[in-house]
Amino acid sequence: MELELRGITKRFPGVVANDDVNLRVRGGEVLALVGENGAGKSTLMNVLYGLYKADEGEILIDGVPQHFTSPRDAIAAGIGMVHQHFMLVPVFTVAENVVMGVEPTAFGGIKLDIATARAQVRSISEQYGMHLDPDAKIEDLPVGLQQRVEIIKVLFRDAEIVVFDEPTAVLTPQEIEDFFVIVETLKADGKGIVFITHKLREALRIADRIEVLRRGKTVGEADPTTVKDTELAEMMVGRPVDLVVAKEVREPGPTVLDVRDLTVREPGGRALVDHVSFQVHAGEIVGIAGVQGNGQTELVDALVGLRRIAEGRVALQGTDITEADPRDMHRHGVAHIPEDRQREGIVKDFDVTENLALTAYYTAPLSSGVSIDWGSAREEAARLVDQFDIRTPSVTTPVGTLSGGNQQKVIVARELSRELKLAIACQPTRGIDVGSIEYIHERIVALRDAGVAVLVVSTELDEVMALADRVLVMYRGTIVADLQRASTDHNEVGLYMAGAKESAA
Amino acid sequence: MTAATVDGGSSSGPRGDERTPKAVAFFDRIDAYNNLLLPVLAIVSALVAGAVIIGLTDIDRLKEGDILGILGTIKDAYLALPAGALGSLNGISETIVSATPLILAGLCFAIAARSGLFNIGATGQMFAGGMASVWVGFSMNGPGIVQVPLALLAGIVAGGIWGGIVGFLKARTGAHEVITTIMTNYIAGLLTLWLLKTDAFQQPGKDNPISKTVRPEGRLPDLFFWSDNPALRAHWGFLVAIAGAMFTWWLFERSKIGFELRTFGSNADAARYAGMKPATLTTMAMFIAGAMAGLAGASQVIGTQGYATESFAGSIGFDAIAVALLGRNKPTGIVFAAFLFGILEAGGRRMQLETDIPLDVVLVLRALIVLFIAAPALTRLLWRLKREGGGSALQFRGWGA
Repeated sequence: MELELRGITKRFPGVVANDDVNLRVRGGEVLALVGENGAGKSTLMNVLYGLYKADEGEILIDGVPQHFTSPRDAIAAGIGMVHQHFMLVPVFTVAENVVMGVEPTAFGGIKLDIATARAQVRSISEQYGMHLDPDAKIEDLPVGLQQRVEIIKVLFRDAEIVVFDEPTAVLTPQEIEDFFVIVETLKADGKGIVFITHKLREALRIADRIEVLRRGKTVGEADPTTVKDTELAEMMVGRPVDLVVAKEVREPGPTVLDVRDLTVREPGGRALVDHVSFQVHAGEIVGIAGVQGNGQTELVDALVGLRRIAEGRVALQGTDITEADPRDMHRHGVAHIPEDRQREGIVKDFDVTENLALTAYYTAPLSSGVSIDWGSAREEAARLVDQFDIRTPSVTTPVGTLSGGNQQKVIVARELSRELKLAIACQPTRGIDVGSIEYIHERIVALRDAGVAVLVVSTELDEVMALADRVLVMYRGTIVADLQRASTDHNEVGLYMAGAKESAA
Repeated sequence: MTAATVDGGSSSGPRGDERTPKAVAFFDRIDAYNNLLLPVLAIVSALVAGAVIIGLTDIDRLKEGDILGILGTIKDAYLALPAGALGSLNGISETIVSATPLILAGLCFAIAARSGLFNIGATGQMFAGGMASVWVGFSMNGPGIVQVPLALLAGIVAGGIWGGIVGFLKARTGAHEVITTIMTNYIAGLLTLWLLKTDAFQQPGKDNPISKTVRPEGRLPDLFFWSDNPALRAHWGFLVAIAGAMFTWWLFERSKIGFELRTFGSNADAARYAGMKPATLTTMAMFIAGAMAGLAGASQVIGTQGYATESFAGSIGFDAIAVALLGRNKPTGIVFAAFLFGILEAGGRRMQLETDIPLDVVLVLRALIVLFIAAPALTRLLWRLKREGGGSALQFRGWGA
């Protein structure tokens, strides 16, 4: 089967999301569609999936024009989509989720024929090496396996072209490898794959062809066997991009953060963070690597005062801050870029000014006494918008309407624009565009150069390796490795992350 | 599109607007448009639906197929409404009497709502405030200038504490405010009934639950002080209500606590992250909300009535939810919405008198307005409005949150 998008144009009030986009994918090949957030990848796929109607252009399957008015039409034509956010019912089994909406029935359509469903699911699972138990409940499965359920759902509906929307965003490094194996199997079986991503390394790794989208237009096609990642990044962003964070070697100063035997327990008593000790020095970036869910979140929450510390001590420049709450930490000159920006970092309904004032509203110059001086808050906000290159129509625009990268810049501006001793940055660049990533990384390095102690927590190994002077690896609530960046590599850290290697940290 | 940008000072041109002034102006306008247009359309829709109902209740003419006659009835009804409410000083006075406690109780609901709490306890908080206020009112013999403020203060404190208890319970134990406010409503209502039969409160020589009377000097002064007409019942409680609305505006748009409450109401995790104290804020929000309802109760007993009965809160506490919804939880909106409800009530009585249409039709009208407000999608569909946004004013955290 061959799918072709010809001259697709989709306009929204004020923007052209897709501008004369052409795309072609055949059975048995993997096409990577790369582009920054907001480049129009999702719009294009929504057009293909019948969710949006294109203003111009046509969709052809084997040369025949198609008219999709809903996902139902797209599915019937053999197009399947695996969304970034899964659409599964957690309390149902794998088989139940797969057949939902197209259930095999018995007794003239009255009874759900779950036995047939299970057999079908099992056979697809075996065919593509997915190792899924049809009777497992979704809520008991790790994210990587849940994604396979989504893939089976698509295959069960006889998809010939499978579209993956940012499929690796939620996966661990090991799960990503497993995912690529499945993609290879699908390809070998003659399926056409569209792989949407903003991660260049993954596109280069798996794709047969790479199509680059920028500001709604296809800017070119690249051959992954010959193209360099820097060239690809330049096509994506429209200007040369530094993929390597430029930083000089610095001699770390005195200890700023001193963590000793820190333990965090869940209500049941199990240790989520288990006797962790480490130091961060002035002018040093310490990166904490680890697969999501190995205690990093709890460690940071404990450090910033959002979670109770069960045992151990934390000191900031010699001052005990074990019992400090988030406000105390703010007063002490600690910045916190939270891991989940939508949940904690911003208030979506609030405007840019209010979000920039979110942690400092209580103190001079924003407030003296009971009221807040919104006039000076807006002036300050305008200054930060300039300084941190936040792209917003105005300082009174609701933050929820900005792109992810700009939302993150709002948080970065708010947290890093004051006198600091320590900065804790969690997943500082998750889900944002290359331009913003570059910018935020520069800021973090600049902070270090100014003598601030920096703790970067990230599940993206590339990010930790690019930024850190020293790398700690967390595995099952403990620190299993403490490595100098200069004397380690991706491979070694990856092994520690997987728990395959033990050392005396 | 939300809240923060419309009512407050935050939309008055800061420096950042230089970027793309056109776009900003455009979005600000859409925002204002949605916040105003929807309630107006809801009211118009309700009036149309109400006209159909009035027509259907006119059974005699309906049987005869007298369409013109039915249209006449509808016309008479809709003319009698504003005429009764606004056509005379007396009508205006009655409109204000109805609107006053609705403004205060509406603010009570809105303050909690914008802090993320569903406070349906205005009734109980009114009882608490009103009883404290009337006690000060009939016990004291001081000059009005001392006694009235003291009685109001008693209403604020008692209502505040009654609401604060709910907030405290939620902060400490996680008890959901919907459940606890329903229960505290019962407790306050029954406590009021019991108190009104004790010697401390009951009017001597009476059998029914009615409190001692507040001396004229101890009552809120007449609004139309220049007139001798005793039928003009409107009093300074209205000014108290306007002051309450102004305070609420200041609270949310200018004050530190208000910013914390709004943050907590919009995103409790972000509030915690930013170093705010959710437990304190929950209690505080319910205290301030309760204080507003307490003032509503006080205004009833030391203003409108001059004594307390077991029913001085009436259905005000619940009608106020509708007022707050219609006013989109904004002080200005609430004042207007309360007036609309006041007009319907004062005008409805005249309509009943003149056209034989029962007062219940007015209640149906009110319910329809709220229905159209609460279901913005329905109103949009009816009026073929395309744009999304400006959704329901009702956004709360789920149960157990």
